[in-house]
Amino acid sequence: MRPVKTLEDLQKIREEASRKVNVRSDRTGIRITVGMATCGIAAGARPVMMAILDELEKRNVKGVTVVETGCIGLCKYEPIVEVYEPDQDKVTYIKMDPEKARQVVVEHVINGHPIKEWTLESADIQ
Amino acid sequence: MKELALYILDLAENSIAAGAKNITIDVHVNSARDELFIRISDDGKGMDPDFVRSVTNPFVTTRTQRRLGLGLPLFQDLVRQCEGTLNIVSEKGKGTIIEAKMKRSSVDMVPIGDMGASIVSMIISNPALDIVYSFVLDDYSFVFDTKLIRETLKDVSITEPAVLSWIAGYVNEGTKEIIFDVTKNINKNRGGIQAL
Repeated sequence: MRPVKTLEDLQKIREEASRKVNVRSDRTGIRITVGMATCGIAAGARPVMMAILDELEKRNVKGVTVVETGCIGLCKYEPIVEVYEPDQDKVTYIKMDPEKARQVVVEHVINGHPIKEWTLESADIQ
Repeated sequence: MKELALYILDLAENSIAAGAKNITIDVHVNSARDELFIRISDDGKGMDPDFVRSVTNPFVTTRTQRRLGLGLPLFQDLVRQCEGTLNIVSEKGKGTIIEAKMKRSSVDMVPIGDMGASIVSMIISNPALDIVYSFVLDDYSFVFDTKLIRETLKDVSITEPAVLSWIAGYVNEGTKEIIFDVTKNINKNRGGIQAL
């Protein structure tokens, strides 16, 4: 059995979060987008997004925003995850699943090394 | 799609795209009447009467990349399979209400699924959005309201990962499975046979 989630727990999260507000992060400014139109949802975008959030929470990564986007016209490549780093080209990951998404968070978002073989660019070359 | 929560997310994404500030989601089950009622209402920009009439046609969409929208047609398909009725009420400038009544015990009924993740997904789509989600199963009821969450959070953002993970868990604990529990009846029948 999971522990019951109560509003008191939320209060605790709030207190902890407001203490952490000033923690410095060197990965600030990164934005991760997940395609959440009908095509994305049907292809499994929602669990991909939850995995990204979970990984960011587990590793206590600050300064990274997760946003959703609509259909970008590449439905057959969904779920699509895009990573925007300041002063860098956008990286588009295609056919994501929760496990791959977790690795993208660790390798790319935290460590700064994009996983090239999962990107749209490498799919185009093949 | 395999979960009711995914259909609801898809419809809510339409509301968000229509500029909604408030979304109300009701999932109500009445066992005695074998009925599942779903309503999603928003205060988005609404649709004009012509668009409402055509909106379940997959070739009608507000999208500009391609002229195909599958959100409502997919939901309509589920409603039809589950011997239900779909009602769309919309007024330009006021908002849209999508209501569906389905036969709960229909073989094509899908499980409620990960409603918590769907709510979290809506929040990420538009963190300023206010969502009221109510789940009723006969005399059991649960309400989730982002306004209350914001009051508790004060200066902390609702998109804080720890907060989102709490919301997902909280909503899922409050939501019960809607699928009619066939095994209960099977066991009852078995008991009956044994008694004979």
